[in-house]
Amino acid sequence: MSEYDNISNEIRELAAKLLARGEVDVVIGYKPTALPGRTQPAFAYKPEDAREFVFNPLCVSGLPLYLTKAKPEISAKDRIAIVAKGCDVKNIVALQRENQIRREKIKVIGVVCKGVVGKYGRCDGKTEPKPEDLDEKCRYCDVNTPRDYDYLIGEKIESSPQSKEKEFEEINRIEKLSPRERWKFWEEHFKRCIKCYACSKVCPLCYCNRCIVDKTMPRWIDPSSHARGNLAWNIIRAQHLAGRCTGCGECERSCPMDIPLMLLNKKLERESEELFGYRSGYNPHDPIPLAVFREEDDDEFVR
Amino acid sequence: MKKYFFKSVQISVFRVIRVPYLWLKNMSEQSENKKNESNGEWEPKIIAFVCNWCTYVGADMAGTGRMKYQANVRIIKVPCTGRIDPLFLMRAFERGADGILVSGCHPGDCHYNAGNYHARRRFAAFRKLIEFIGIDLRRLQFSWVSAAEGKKFVTIINEVTDAIRALGPCKEYQSMALEPPKDKVMPE
Repeated sequence: MSEYDNISNEIRELAAKLLARGEVDVVIGYKPTALPGRTQPAFAYKPEDAREFVFNPLCVSGLPLYLTKAKPEISAKDRIAIVAKGCDVKNIVALQRENQIRREKIKVIGVVCKGVVGKYGRCDGKTEPKPEDLDEKCRYCDVNTPRDYDYLIGEKIESSPQSKEKEFEEINRIEKLSPRERWKFWEEHFKRCIKCYACSKVCPLCYCNRCIVDKTMPRWIDPSSHARGNLAWNIIRAQHLAGRCTGCGECERSCPMDIPLMLLNKKLERESEELFGYRSGYNPHDPIPLAVFREEDDDEFVR
Repeated sequence: MKKYFFKSVQISVFRVIRVPYLWLKNMSEQSENKKNESNGEWEPKIIAFVCNWCTYVGADMAGTGRMKYQANVRIIKVPCTGRIDPLFLMRAFERGADGILVSGCHPGDCHYNAGNYHARRRFAAFRKLIEFIGIDLRRLQFSWVSAAEGKKFVTIINEVTDAIRALGPCKEYQSMALEPPKDKVMPE
């Protein structure tokens, strides 16, 4: 029995117990798919449904999406239990901070995670993925043990301290380029965008009932997938997540054209930490940086 | 009293959304005519988003005081700098602006108490983002100009215009395709 079998068994037992006792209406977790090497979100409404739950390094998708308005068929349930890795818990905290969920109605089944497999990484799902197969976010993970949970599964581990240098290596490299070179870099990437909006559909923090791109009176973002419309869309998506993004990497993972969206998100994450002093996903009582202000905020850039 | 207040708010909200949109929509056509008039010589096109209560009055003061500034600026009046969505700025660049000035009340002077504080945070983040994308930050400038600072308004407009004139047209943005690349279009 591998470590992940034990974790899977514990999740199944706990989910079945919660459902049998009637403590929750639905448990959100992962189950294997018909395709090997993948998992998909699973919902257990009855104790026997919990049998199919698994947890392994192939459990990449972020489940907190199902707690938001974007998925009303699940999030409308009164009491929900959710299997969450450290990064998912960060999203739950961010949703709590934005009053999108009521934490007391949600039972978080925290799972100790040693990293999941990357978009193009390979993993059999039984053992930990090799370092080169790990997802980008997992290389700099500081929440291997979730920071907030009701039940914890797996043995607590300490996250190894990460160097900011390495984490922001690529961003620092791009910042050193000239504006024209940076423009070229992004033009190449945004040129490929097909405006499928997967990046916003999969983001747990993009929960607006009606997105700005869907508004037509006036239409601010050109819906056609030419260069200008793509640029406007990608900039505004990043801007709307400024100071809110927790860095779960779902947008980049789901992007069919491999646009490095996390560079934009991480850049803004760092800026909002430097400018306003908040990091999203760590404290549910922090304000949202762009929704509040301090009189002594920096205005060096204003003449 | 209350009833009228809400009605006026409704009307003004509609205008506030509609007016900058139409302005920006017509801008590219207007600018074409301008170019021909000036014998084909390139003139920078600068959009100033100014707040109704301070900078617009400051600009008015420059006018009543017969002060002269370079005529490259097109002023768009908004109720407050807090009303300026980053989308306005993106749209201005899309429609051919070479430079943008955002100007409002000094901190503490906002007619709506806190609009400019919120705007300051929003643009602090936004300018970092577009700098990262590769837009030169000299093309997007911010200032506080009060209703009494007609002189400062003139100085800022002149400085911004000179800076943009030195930079040249915002070619990167204007040369961006308005058609999807051929390989992305479905074959007929």
